[in-house]
Amino acid sequence: MSLTRVAGGRAAIALMLFAAAAACLLAAGVLDVALAQGTPFGAPRGAPAPLPPADGIIGWILAKQAEFYQNFSRIIRAAKTDGSAVWTLLGVSFLYGIFHAAGPGHGKAVISSYLVANEETWRRGIVLSFASAFLQAFVAVALVGVAAVILNATARQMCDAGRVIELASYALIASLGARLIWVKGKGFIREARGLGRPLHAVGAAVTPKDHHEHDHQHHDHGHHHDHDHDQHGHAHHGHDHAHHDHGHHHGHEHHDHDHDHDSAWGHAHGPEPQELAGPGGWQRGLSAIVAVGLRPCSGAIIVLVFALAQGLFWAGVAATFVMGLGTAITVAAIATIAVGFRSAAKHMASTRSGYGMLAMRGIEVGAAVVVLAFGTLLLAGYMVTERGACF
Amino acid sequence: MFALTMIRLIRSLTIALTSLLIAAGAASAHPHVWVTMKSAVVYGPDGSITGVRHAWTFDDMYSAFAVQGLESKKKGEFTTEELKPLAQVNVESLKEYDFFTYAKANGKNVTFAEPVDYSLEFNPKDTVLTLHFVLPLKAPLKAKALELEVFDPSYFVDFSLVEKDPVSLEKAPAGCQIGLAKPQEMTKEMAQKLAEIPPDGKIPDNSYGAAFSNKISVKCP
Repeated sequence: MSLTRVAGGRAAIALMLFAAAAACLLAAGVLDVALAQGTPFGAPRGAPAPLPPADGIIGWILAKQAEFYQNFSRIIRAAKTDGSAVWTLLGVSFLYGIFHAAGPGHGKAVISSYLVANEETWRRGIVLSFASAFLQAFVAVALVGVAAVILNATARQMCDAGRVIELASYALIASLGARLIWVKGKGFIREARGLGRPLHAVGAAVTPKDHHEHDHQHHDHGHHHDHDHDQHGHAHHGHDHAHHDHGHHHGHEHHDHDHDHDSAWGHAHGPEPQELAGPGGWQRGLSAIVAVGLRPCSGAIIVLVFALAQGLFWAGVAATFVMGLGTAITVAAIATIAVGFRSAAKHMASTRSGYGMLAMRGIEVGAAVVVLAFGTLLLAGYMVTERGACF
Repeated sequence: MFALTMIRLIRSLTIALTSLLIAAGAASAHPHVWVTMKSAVVYGPDGSITGVRHAWTFDDMYSAFAVQGLESKKKGEFTTEELKPLAQVNVESLKEYDFFTYAKANGKNVTFAEPVDYSLEFNPKDTVLTLHFVLPLKAPLKAKALELEVFDPSYFVDFSLVEKDPVSLEKAPAGCQIGLAKPQEMTKEMAQKLAEIPPDGKIPDNSYGAAFSNKISVKCP
């Protein structure tokens, strides 16, 4: 990898990659918005939005999804008398999860944008996708378990509870976006300011190795701190990181932000935990997981309540978690593609001194803006991820 | 050379990703509620259209969800009386979604008033709920051509017409005729076509998209 050679072709490719990464995020966002928003919130009265086009393979995905979902009823009924039907239920749940996650409300756009903004690795993207999908399944089970099984709440009450959880989730997404903008915005500004300085030429030759060194430093400082300081600490971390990334060694002293999670790995200096912890450590990742995973899927709730009514709540619980597994696979696949584009872009950027890194910071800020926009639009009700089963 | 290869790689990646996202986006329309509907166009004594009477039967999973936690004398069965509060909630919430009913009379959008005569009926055999309600027109009108569509733009709810006599006319003037554009069922031929998507990914031509709306038209002389 010759980093000193600056080929004009590479610059063009880098630009293309930036454009591609930006377009993908935007597309992910827009598709989620456009297709989810065809609800009466968005559609003027008397002039409903047209149905999304559904031809060929798309129609097939649609049909498959509906088919799987509608099978739940039959299979759960069958499971009452025939235990082996439970296996069918799990298989169908898995497939349904895979297809279903393609729809809105499973955090594809938010997770992908977060990964791009926060310079995450693909491994961590997969971890985040799985964690959020499982949290989502868990919340659905917990909601129905507590509300319906224990409290015998009505559908309406569950809907109201779901609405509160949903709003909390949107608020978290928005605050995650805001935090990322703060951190990445600073990095962007610093990069822009530093462009004029001659010192910066060194910055172009930074390899990912620095990243590791940087992480190592943090590992050496195993301080604990509570959640209140968390946000502060993260901000510094990201800011710190931005520095390291382009070769400045100001040696920021905010090392007091190291995380319990790091120590959970026993201060292992192997590459894996480090790579998984990523910038901002586990706790920023955790906030992304919670923000996305908090909102339960209405489909899962309906299936759970139906299973409960059939006296097979546990089968519903198993189905929900397997559904989550399928969901995680789809979200992880999309997240991996997003991370792939980002690292390809970064690779290209590293061959261009100054402006290349500036563009990288720009992409990060852009992705952070997408996260904030998502949270805000969802909160304001201008965008709907997935309507609750409430009417 | 390297640059060219990269560009090609990126281009194909971009195309792949874009199609994936489009597919994903379209699949985002994912129903969780299925409604089998039966509707009637109601006419006044003077031959003007006064409203639309709907009977929507929900799928058993959604029905089970909807009756969760409701009190009933007989376990697992609900009388219309017991379901009255739920019916009230239903029609009130449906208002937000324009009752999923969109009509045009003589080419102009029709506005509906608050629903009347609403009730829920529980079928213990199929354990499904049916919501009955009448959607009166804000102002009754005479129309040579009425187009009525029932669908959920976000496709959270899948509407399909009941097999037998899905649409009827109540007290309609003589000579009025119903036209139906039923949502397509997946035919054997369609399924086969879909199964035969060639390796080059060229998708066979079919009009699956039109399959999801229920277009009802009434023409009167």
